Amino acid sequence: MAGYKDFISGDEAVAIGAKLARPEVIAAYPITPQTIVVERLSDFVEDGSLDCQYLHVESEHSAIMAVLGSEAMGSRSFTATSSQGLLYMVEGLPYVSGSRFPVVMMNANRAIAVPWSIYNDHNDSMFCMNSGWIQMYVEDAQEALDMVIQAYKIGENPKVMLPVMINVDGFLLTHTYELVEIPDQAEVDSFLPPYVTDHRMDLNDFKSVCIGVGPEYHTEFRYRQYHDFKYAVDAIAEVDREYGDKFGRYYGGMVEKYRMEDAEVVLVTVGSITSTARTVVDSMREEGKKVGLLKLRYLRPFPDEAFIGLSDNIKAIGVLDKNMSYGYEGTVYTNVNSALARREKRMPSLNFIAGLGGRAISREDIEEMFNQLLEYKGEAEADRVRFINLNLKEVEE
Amino acid sequence: MQRQKPVKFDFSGKLKDVPLPIAVPGNLLSINAGFRSFRPVIDNDKCAGCMMCYVMCPDGTIYKEGEALAIDYDYCKGCGICAEECKLKAIEMVPEE
Repeated sequence: MAGYKDFISGDEAVAIGAKLARPEVIAAYPITPQTIVVERLSDFVEDGSLDCQYLHVESEHSAIMAVLGSEAMGSRSFTATSSQGLLYMVEGLPYVSGSRFPVVMMNANRAIAVPWSIYNDHNDSMFCMNSGWIQMYVEDAQEALDMVIQAYKIGENPKVMLPVMINVDGFLLTHTYELVEIPDQAEVDSFLPPYVTDHRMDLNDFKSVCIGVGPEYHTEFRYRQYHDFKYAVDAIAEVDREYGDKFGRYYGGMVEKYRMEDAEVVLVTVGSITSTARTVVDSMREEGKKVGLLKLRYLRPFPDEAFIGLSDNIKAIGVLDKNMSYGYEGTVYTNVNSALARREKRMPSLNFIAGLGGRAISREDIEEMFNQLLEYKGEAEADRVRFINLNLKEVEE
Repeated sequence: MQRQKPVKFDFSGKLKDVPLPIAVPGNLLSINAGFRSFRPVIDNDKCAGCMMCYVMCPDGTIYKEGEALAIDYDYCKGCGICAEECKLKAIEMVPEE
């Protein structure tokens, strides 16, 4: 397990994780707050420490199409983007996922225009829930580095063959510094061997990629894509275990439960806010309040079992969404409720909207969420979508 | 040229036989739906063998049979690009019966 520790930013951690994974092709376009990722990676290519084809592309759309092409030739490929860049790539996302090419992408979560903002929220990745990509969110820079390596192992599993989007909170993680354990390259090589596949173009064995399929067979191809996500569920758990065994860090798979054993109320968080929420759980527990935390790491595949199997002792569950599906509610909330609907006994739930456009979520805000959950009696008519720390004294027109 | 023989996709009705969407050329083709109003006919006496019709055909239906050129009417949709492009006017668009 020999590696070394360094004080690095989330972006740097992603770049180092990508370097350790030995991609053969990188095609990425810089966009705040992902820029340091591509800058570091181009440094590594320039100084020879990363042996890789680094393609300069004129846009994110070109970036995703370039890695589509390189994966179609059987080359492990990496890209990174954020916000408007991710949206510019959107057309290419289902090309990659439908073709079943295991590209790994880092997305620096950032608000999407209009209003325009460079600051953090999850509206960009939530936009892409239906992209067919495995979608996961990291809590800190260490997890970001570890997940880039794990993502290739999960995606390149011959039964999985799905691309992975790793979400890293913009500025909050990308630009803050942490002590990160960097694994030894040789250890990573033994964990993640080179990508070898028949699922690629070959001059000696002609194949067509990006095929068109009419009504006759289209649904059956989509069924396969839908069906094969369950191999991703298995691979995620397996790779988490293997990575933990080898490098000493386990993340718990699709969800991590914190102090939920006897919890009366639970908050579901996604991404870096989990760290803040942990400290609030600890301090509220000191006060005797039975609060718990569920860190939702993967949104696709969605860990519905974790919600269906929640203890009946939990009186209410809150979902913290740093996003909004205008016209309805937060996206994570919609997904969680769909799983909760399959329980024998109804689990009352509330949606907390916070952190939009980079507004900081404080410990007090999270305490407020827990207190609202503790007060909530489960009435169906209650306002279920609650904006936290909204600077409006009146919301009636 | 390498002319792939169209292969009928053998749909067994079993998920395990649904491939990932990379196809051997010639798989998953459907024979044209019969809406062609004109079909191209190549006059091999006029043809000089420049192969521009083959290059321009959007569906790759033109091929060489020995010295002569032939058209696979199963997949030709009658778009007329070959006739338009032939500099020697060796291709005539003939109405379908």
